[in-house]
This record gives sequence, C-alpha cells and structure tokens, in this order.
Amino acid sequence: MKKTVIDFLLLENKQLNKDNFLLILQSPLPVSGIFPGQFINIEIKESTEIFLRRPFSILDVDYEKQTISLLVKILGRGSKKLTEARSGQKINGIFPLGKSFTLPEKTDNVILIGGGSGVAPMLFLAKIAGLEPTNVTILIGARSASDHVDISAYKSFGQFYFTTEDGSLGEKGYVTNHPVFAENLNHYTKIYTCGPDLMMKAIGRKAIEENIFCEVSLENMMACGFGVCLCCVEDTKAGHKCVCTDGPVFNVNDLKW
Amino acid sequence: MVNLGIKIHELDFKNPVLTASGTCGFGEEIADFIDLSLLGGIVVKGTTLKHREGNAYPRMAETPSGMLNAVGLQNKGVDNFITNIYPRIKDLDTHIVVNVNGSTIEDYVALTERLNELDKVPAIELNISCPNVKEGGMAFGISCPSAEAVVKAVRKVYSKTLIVKLSPNVTSIAEIAKAVEGQGADSVSLINTLLGMAVNAETRKPVLSTITGGLSGPAIKPIALRMVWQVYNAVKIPVIGMGGIMNASDAIEFMIAGASAIQVGTALFIDPTIPVKIIDGISEYMERHKIQSVNEIIGSLQC
Repeated sequence: MKKTVIDFLLLENKQLNKDNFLLILQSPLPVSGIFPGQFINIEIKESTEIFLRRPFSILDVDYEKQTISLLVKILGRGSKKLTEARSGQKINGIFPLGKSFTLPEKTDNVILIGGGSGVAPMLFLAKIAGLEPTNVTILIGARSASDHVDISAYKSFGQFYFTTEDGSLGEKGYVTNHPVFAENLNHYTKIYTCGPDLMMKAIGRKAIEENIFCEVSLENMMACGFGVCLCCVEDTKAGHKCVCTDGPVFNVNDLKW
Repeated sequence: MVNLGIKIHELDFKNPVLTASGTCGFGEEIADFIDLSLLGGIVVKGTTLKHREGNAYPRMAETPSGMLNAVGLQNKGVDNFITNIYPRIKDLDTHIVVNVNGSTIEDYVALTERLNELDKVPAIELNISCPNVKEGGMAFGISCPSAEAVVKAVRKVYSKTLIVKLSPNVTSIAEIAKAVEGQGADSVSLINTLLGMAVNAETRKPVLSTITGGLSGPAIKPIALRMVWQVYNAVKIPVIGMGGIMNASDAIEFMIAGASAIQVGTALFIDPTIPVKIIDGISEYMERHKIQSVNEIIGSLQC
C-alpha cells in the first residue's frame, strides 16, 4: 500500500487504565494493505516542545469500517498530548510505515510475547495470523495488574498468559520467567515479540540459542518514519539499518544480539 | 499564470523550491507522497568517495521548535550512487544536485571528477559545512583559506554549476561567502545546521552519541534569514537560502532577504508533501501581490 499523509477523524478515545488509551481513527481511504508490525506516524503539534511526529504501532484494523485502532501509552509529552485528543478531532497521520511481521504458516505453533505497549502488534498478529487458537500462545508482561490492558476482544485467537513484576496478575516476574517461555520454548516454531529492549534481547538471545525463528519489533527514536532522516538506525550485522523502513521488524539473527 | 522560473548561474530551475540534502534521500523515498517533477530540484543525500556507516545511535534529539541530528554522512559511496541510484533517478523531470563531502581536498576532487561525468547531474553542492564528521566537513568551511583551497581545487575539475554550502558556525559568513566566490563558486547555499547539544538531566548524559550535533528546524530560521541577507549583500553570485523553512511564507521571507531559491529540509520529516504546498503558496502570494515573475521577490527587502 502506498504511503500517504492523511487526516483521520478520531472516533473514540478511551482510557483503558492509568497510562493506556485506545484511540480509534476513521480513515477516508481504504486500509486494506496494513499488517501487524507496521506503524503510523502521528502529528501532535500544539506545543513548540513537540516538533516531530510520534510513531505508534497499529493495534487493530477494521478493513470494512476503514478504522485503525492504536494503543497509546503515555511515555512522554507527545503521547500525553495525544491522549488528550477528543473524538471528532482531526488527527494527521502518515501511514502505513515500516515492514510487518512475517505471517506464520498454517502448520506453525507460535508464541507472541508483548511487554508494555508492545502488546499492540502482538494482538493484531494473533488476530490475523489465521491459525488454530490452540497453536497460538500469547504471553503478556507488565509491571502490575493495573498496567495490563483488557484483551477480551482477542481472547478467541489464542491462549493467554500473564506476568507482572509485583505478582498482582498471572505469574510473578518477567515474561522470560514464565513456564510457557522458560520451560517449553522448543514447543514453538516461531517467536514474535514487541516490548522493552531488555525484554526483547533476553527473548532474542534465547531464540538464537535454541535456534528458533524469532522476529522482534524495534522502537528506535526517529524523526521522519519513512527512511530519509537516517536517525533511527540499528547497528545490524549488515551495518546501520533504518528501523523505520528496514524494520521495525527484524529477524533476531540479523541483529548484533 | 505567474512565472516561477529562476536561474542559478547558467542553470534554469522551473521554480525556486528544492529539497535539502539529507532530508529526502534520493527523492525516491518521498515519491509516494508527491510528484517529484513538480520540484525545482532535489539535492540528494550527502555523498562521499567511499561508503560511510555514519555515527552510532542515538543520532537525533528533539528540541524546542527543532531537532539535533548527528547522522554523520551515512551513505554507500559514490560508486553505489553512480551504479545503482543515478540510473533510477536521472530521468526525473527535475534537477538532481549531488551534495559532495570529503575528509581531504583530494577526496572532494576525486568525487567531483566522477560526478562531472554524469549528464543528468547539472550541479553539485559542495558541502564544507557538515558539523557531524570528525575529519573534513565543517573544518573546511570555517576559515577563509581552507574554504578557498577546497573550492579552488574542485573548480578546476568541475565544469558545471558549483554551489558551495556554507556553515553558520563562523564569525562572519559573509567573509566565507566572498572567499568562495573569489575561487569561482557559482552560488552559495546556506545555512547548514548550527552546532548544538542536548543533555538528559536524569542520567547526566548527552542525548547524542557524538555529544554535539546539528540544529535544524524553525528554531534556527531567524539566524538563517539574517545570514542570507548578509551574504546577499556581500556577493554577486546567487544565494540559495535554507534553515527552518516550514511553509510558503517562510520561503518568501528568505527570497525577500535575498535568496534566489530555497531548500526545504527538516519540514519534510513532518510533512513530505510540504515542498509542493510551498510552491503553490508562492504562486498564490504572487497572484495576491500581482507579481508576475518570482525574480521580482528576490532581494526585495525594503529597509
């Protein structure tokens, strides 16, 4: 799908918990060519402190209604401002950007691991992977139960497991401590992950060790989002690669992890 | 219909709006967003003789009304440009200008000789002002003797339009402009980024891997405008203005201050369709002010 700069209409802005918001954007154009892992770069403006767009990965797409859902977590001044937007407001976005995750084969048994707002592309991937729910394991980590977002709309796409650092939901600890990851990794043919760098590195290294296909979605700071500023580079085995256009999804074997 | 055509040395441009080096790749990267043939010209990503990996991440810091970058001329070298990129972009109906960089005068000369052979590259922009490389770059552009030396050497081997991109990190940019004019530069473009810095108070660490970087965006526009005006008054060759241009009004202000053409840079990161909006905005301004040729605007500042 061709990259476009477009004014979306904000249909809904719903607070999910303390720091997470669900934004539903109506697109004037068809959104059929959007896949999990791709992102949208949103103009925030309204302050001289917020000069650049902010990238958000796509949580969901309704191809018929032409809507895009975003999970927006307050991380700084840009994301905070966006969560203050009201329905009916225009939101300018550049989309679709970046490369998506490699969709699994019918025979694959996959584990999707999301941390923090990295849960968004994992849920989208679970939904459109087209696998039997018994072959999809979704492991989600957060600091505390109150940081977890409601996944009930995605429940039918796989088996969900949770971890929290304080033990208030699911297993206590990190996703890498959870038995579905720590004790059972060879059960899976593909690992997909999105979340904090340290989490993805721990998962990626384990995948390399066990020789399992693993894709990670990186989140380096970027200015443009479409491959011209060369600011968001990751130092890969093939040299500096732009996270915005060569990624954000990378096979872990291509990284210097 | 208003006439948007301008001339830089012997080269006719269909309009005065070019995209700045390092902000639009080789043009192809923004082809989804705009019809590239509408542009006055495309100044492609800074090119060096050999492949450069550029600086380590992080290379960017957002700042009030602008940003710092420390990319460090990441590019695949001139051979890759000539073999892989040039054939794809040479027939675009707009002028392709190559931004030329080097660590030594010999590098600049060797690179320029290669580019001189390319029929569809009618001009180069000699970058003696990159603040993000350890050797060469800005070092050439901050003193008159070194600026003169590199321009003199390149002029000998380059027969087409030679634009020299100047650094604002100097005491008198007008003196540097006069120095490069004296060595045969056909035009000067200004300003490159201003040397700046960002600090993370929580970690007490610099935000950029290189500690310092180049500031761009509307934060630098008043400085850029002042420098364009000073240089316009100091030299006879045409001036190409840039620095924080975000819309048509900004572009027109630069032309009033003396710019024959302008480059849009950082604004492209936020809106890759902006060059076309600026071209349309200049036309609209001219109609409103009953100006027939855009040349009437150049240097029309009424003090």
